[in-house]
Amino acid sequence: MSNGTELGKVRGLGAAKEGTHHWITQRMTAVSNLLLAVWLFASLLLLPSLDHWAVTGWLAQPSVAIPMILFLISVFSHLRLGLQVLVEDYVHDEGLKFVSLMFVNFYAIVGTVFGIYCVVRISFGGAL
Amino acid sequence: MAQPSQRPLSPHITIWKWGPHMLVSILHRATGDGMAILGGLLLLWWLYAVSAGSEAYGIFQYYVWHAATGDVWGLVANIIGKIVLIGLSWAFIQHMFSGLRHFVMDIGAGYELNANKRWSVAITAVSVVLTAALWAWLLVGRA
Repeated sequence: MSNGTELGKVRGLGAAKEGTHHWITQRMTAVSNLLLAVWLFASLLLLPSLDHWAVTGWLAQPSVAIPMILFLISVFSHLRLGLQVLVEDYVHDEGLKFVSLMFVNFYAIVGTVFGIYCVVRISFGGAL
Repeated sequence: MAQPSQRPLSPHITIWKWGPHMLVSILHRATGDGMAILGGLLLLWWLYAVSAGSEAYGIFQYYVWHAATGDVWGLVANIIGKIVLIGLSWAFIQHMFSGLRHFVMDIGAGYELNANKRWSVAITAVSVVLTAALWAWLLVGRA
């Protein structure tokens, strides 16, 4: 490190190699998680019954299915960032770190898509 | 040669004392990553079970909450299921409050030693109390 600007000297350093985008996204999804998770858990606790018929009827409504899909996107984006930091902090072997991060990303993306598929299936008349 | 320095060596990697702020910080990560894995998979299983029909939903309920009386492995699964559900509810409350604490600290507030310690203790205690109250209501109050 010799001649570059002050910013150029620090860019790319640190375990994550980058900076504020991760941090801002984590906060953004934290706010959406807060709103959606409080809505989801309060709704579940207030449901008169948790049997299959009651849950299906509840989840099939657009006013429930849409926030539920948003919840899946928000939660799986947020947990992707959280698990990524866990790997970056504790997995020191570069090869294992790469594979672990890939697994974290796959888990988050597959989880989001699978969850959305289930909600859509319920909305459009799932199995009874 | 000079006398050994009388200056304290702490803080050092192996010399430290637990404080509430440390506890809250570590719990934030532990509860977050715990929910990310166990909570994420349980949520997906639940959504799948709802979408796949009453039989799949029955299997979810059977193993997580109420197995038949004679089924030993089912009852073992139930004990694990109940520990996981109670644990996840505590993890959610703890993570939510320590997350709100992070929002306050993100605007640059709450770093004073006493305030920081007070809020850390309060969050940890309130989360346990609220979790106990939630399950008391679910299992006794509402039933």
